[in-house]
Amino acid sequence: MSPVTVPKFIGARIKRKEDPRLITGRATYTDDIVLPRMAYVKIVRSTEAHAKLQTVNVAAAKLRPGVIAVITGEDVKDRIAPLPVAHKIADLKVPPHYALARGEVHHVGEAIVAVIAETAAQATDAAEHVVVDYAPLPVVTDVEKAAGGAPFVHADLGTNVAFAFPLKAGDPDAQLARAPVRLKQRIMNQRLIPVAIEPRCVVADYDAGYQKLTLTSTTQIPHLLRLLLGAVLSLPEHKIRVVAPEVGGGFGSKLNFYPEEVLLAHLSQRLGRPLKWTETRTEGFLSTIHGRDQLADVEIGADQDGRLLALKVRLWQDLGAYHQLLTPVIPTLTVLMLPGCYTVKDIEVHLEGVFTNKTPTDAYRGAGRPEATFIIERAMDLIADATGKDPAEVRRINFPPANAFPFVTATGLAYDSGNYQGSLDKLIANAGYAALRKEQVAKRAKGELMGIGLTTYVEVCGLGPSAAMPAGGWEACELEVRRSGKIVVKTGSSPHGQGEETTFAQIAADGFGLTPDDVEVVHGDTDAVAEGIGTFGSRNQAVGGAALARCVETVRTKARRIAAHLLEASVDDIVFADGKLFPKGVPAKAKTFMDIVNVAYLADQLPQEIEPGLSAVHFFEPTNFTFPFGAHLAVVDVDQETGKVTLRRYVAVDDCGKIINPMIVEGQLHGGIAQGVAQALFEEAIYDANGQLVTGELMDYAVPKATFLPSWELDHTVTASPVNVLGAKGVGEAGTIASASAIMNAVVDALKPFGVKHMDMPAKSERVWRAMQGGAR
Amino acid sequence: MATITLTINGTRRTDTVDPRLLLVQYLREVCRLTGAHVGCETSICGACTVDIDGRAVKSCTALAVQCDGSSVTTIEGLATDGKLHPLQEAFWSEHGLQCGFCTPGMIMSARALLAADRNPSEAAIRHGLEGNLCRCTGYHNIVRAVQAAARAMGQEARA
Repeated sequence: MSPVTVPKFIGARIKRKEDPRLITGRATYTDDIVLPRMAYVKIVRSTEAHAKLQTVNVAAAKLRPGVIAVITGEDVKDRIAPLPVAHKIADLKVPPHYALARGEVHHVGEAIVAVIAETAAQATDAAEHVVVDYAPLPVVTDVEKAAGGAPFVHADLGTNVAFAFPLKAGDPDAQLARAPVRLKQRIMNQRLIPVAIEPRCVVADYDAGYQKLTLTSTTQIPHLLRLLLGAVLSLPEHKIRVVAPEVGGGFGSKLNFYPEEVLLAHLSQRLGRPLKWTETRTEGFLSTIHGRDQLADVEIGADQDGRLLALKVRLWQDLGAYHQLLTPVIPTLTVLMLPGCYTVKDIEVHLEGVFTNKTPTDAYRGAGRPEATFIIERAMDLIADATGKDPAEVRRINFPPANAFPFVTATGLAYDSGNYQGSLDKLIANAGYAALRKEQVAKRAKGELMGIGLTTYVEVCGLGPSAAMPAGGWEACELEVRRSGKIVVKTGSSPHGQGEETTFAQIAADGFGLTPDDVEVVHGDTDAVAEGIGTFGSRNQAVGGAALARCVETVRTKARRIAAHLLEASVDDIVFADGKLFPKGVPAKAKTFMDIVNVAYLADQLPQEIEPGLSAVHFFEPTNFTFPFGAHLAVVDVDQETGKVTLRRYVAVDDCGKIINPMIVEGQLHGGIAQGVAQALFEEAIYDANGQLVTGELMDYAVPKATFLPSWELDHTVTASPVNVLGAKGVGEAGTIASASAIMNAVVDALKPFGVKHMDMPAKSERVWRAMQGGAR
Repeated sequence: MATITLTINGTRRTDTVDPRLLLVQYLREVCRLTGAHVGCETSICGACTVDIDGRAVKSCTALAVQCDGSSVTTIEGLATDGKLHPLQEAFWSEHGLQCGFCTPGMIMSARALLAADRNPSEAAIRHGLEGNLCRCTGYHNIVRAVQAAARAMGQEARA
């Protein structure tokens, strides 16, 4: 921003503007909405993982009290097109994904029938009277077996492999052949369930008078949802309004286009009633996307100093039964990020996306990057173990130097800026690394098991340039200065806990010498905000914030033009600082921002070449991704009798570029770290051989409670991104991307006396205990 | 149908309800107090926590008819005369919430925790909030918020 602004609120620890409504119970989430004449929808879901639907008998359900309609896949077959997948993958196999199943079901939880009744209880009761006669078909749940051949999830495809994504750089075979240290490891990133605490919910209201659909949904992407609804329902997009009101967490699970969204939109129009559907938690476990579920066979070549010479990785991504919105794209991010923050030049990756009879996988916090980090950071510790070097030293010699940026990786990404040794040095100092190692030696001598785990990560975010994105990578923003001198910012980002009403207000306030309370940030309503992409991939500040910064700059320039006219000065000489505009060196002649606003709207003093009004619209198209990075350290104690792992300390140094609000950045890291710790120690979605989800509810799926976790010790470095004027990189996913590998490196380190080299996640007591007995991993 | 009388946030009201109606449904759908949220159906998440006669209770575990004659305080009843409860202030100042969905239940549980223990240790706070899941904060700032509220309430009591 130029010329001259002094940041006053950017970088400050400002309490959130969104909190007063949230802490008093006054916020409106989708399920809080009740409309006149609203009816309720219950979905009947498949209890089989793979079956032919012999008969779907809805006759008895239709006779139940309060029932308005009972709708099957056949009833909507010419009205709702299959759900789309957004991708740029060559030769992707796309089986039809219907909002309600037709003829066959492919995973437990697939929607078969919609029951609509006057009350939610009546819809639930009537759904019990839908009789589905299944003829079971062979089920496949193991990704490697599915990749190998029959049985097929979708018989028509004649394969379970939806796509292959190979990548090769340099000559990894030659490097492996000459590498003195060669290691092989199978690494599993287990399936996870996102569990935003707010279940999904949809309210659809088609107004026949206006011929307009209003769809309120627990979504991270209202504008993309508008586009997709129009396409699938053949409705004109300008006759659709999508609202994302208060959204209770997403973590990627609400970055999607779900059957219920399109179904309710269609049925509201068809039945002439507003409709609501609210997912139960057990229903959500089956019908909302899952994350991770990636198997890797890793081959590592290194020299005796610990320098990584070659990396060969075979990856199998379990896609589940269908493509959801971004399902096949997620593991391609793993491929691109496999080099991590290291200089390795010779790399070969072969990814296969494979269908199984399970709930589809898609973006879950980190989305492909935690998997990559886990593989490369386990590889670093395997090298350290094989060479007898300290894990910190092995990382150090593999870093590109701080003056090597932009740094182009073996997979072709250009890391924007970085100083990996800087964050590792700070971490080692903050954690007291040397003292921890000493303590570990002393403990081992006493037979106690203590582990120290490091990770140095880099992630790709600020998604991203449109050329690299399946559905646009820009973000849009409008800034309006109202006649009162207050500001309305309308952003296409759609936050759901990230505090953008506050951080965007900080950015705008600094531009005009105002306070954050003078700025209203509007989001999550496609009638209020014309265009947008949404909130995911840690892109709010780096892309959405950058679009806002452009708007601020445009409006400031216009204000300076008006001031130049009023003060009879050249626009280049007008300084705009602390809300005052004056010719350079003559602050006594200053006009206030309010003076300029009055002139802009009264317009009687404006010259002809300056339009009345004071507002701007910008689409920000980033030239590159951003690449936040950092170094994390975990200290664990392992109970030798029970195998119980206790996370004693967690120390992190993160670099997310320039920080708008440190309090919010820390909060994002806290939650992010917790989700990675959850993967390392607690959570796993388990299917049995029949395709039944055994961990089907919160009683069986271990989302961490407060007692499971310690407090986090955070610090940061600041390396500005050159990609946007804010210098921001993004922070929403960093903690999750880093922490699982730090924890597992610590657990394996603790078990070193037992010769343990690797362990799959989660490191639950049983698995750790077995490892100590020399048993299976 | 059954007729019940409850005192909700200090106001008595009488309603005729379906005997199977849960207290959380009664609060949300009949009283239109939507601060208590439903995050699961197995009594794990705690987003629906309210105060019934001085005890923090997951309102999905009680039928409305069971609460006939009871006094219920919800998150909407916590601020008095436009002044936030110290816990609300502390969750705000310590950034103890992000998406806010678990927050009403979290605050109501913390309120019961502080009623039983005015100066809880970090471990006691974590234990006391074990019935409430948060997916956003990693609990770090929730713990800080409860500590800050305990300090503020201690000062208020001494003043």
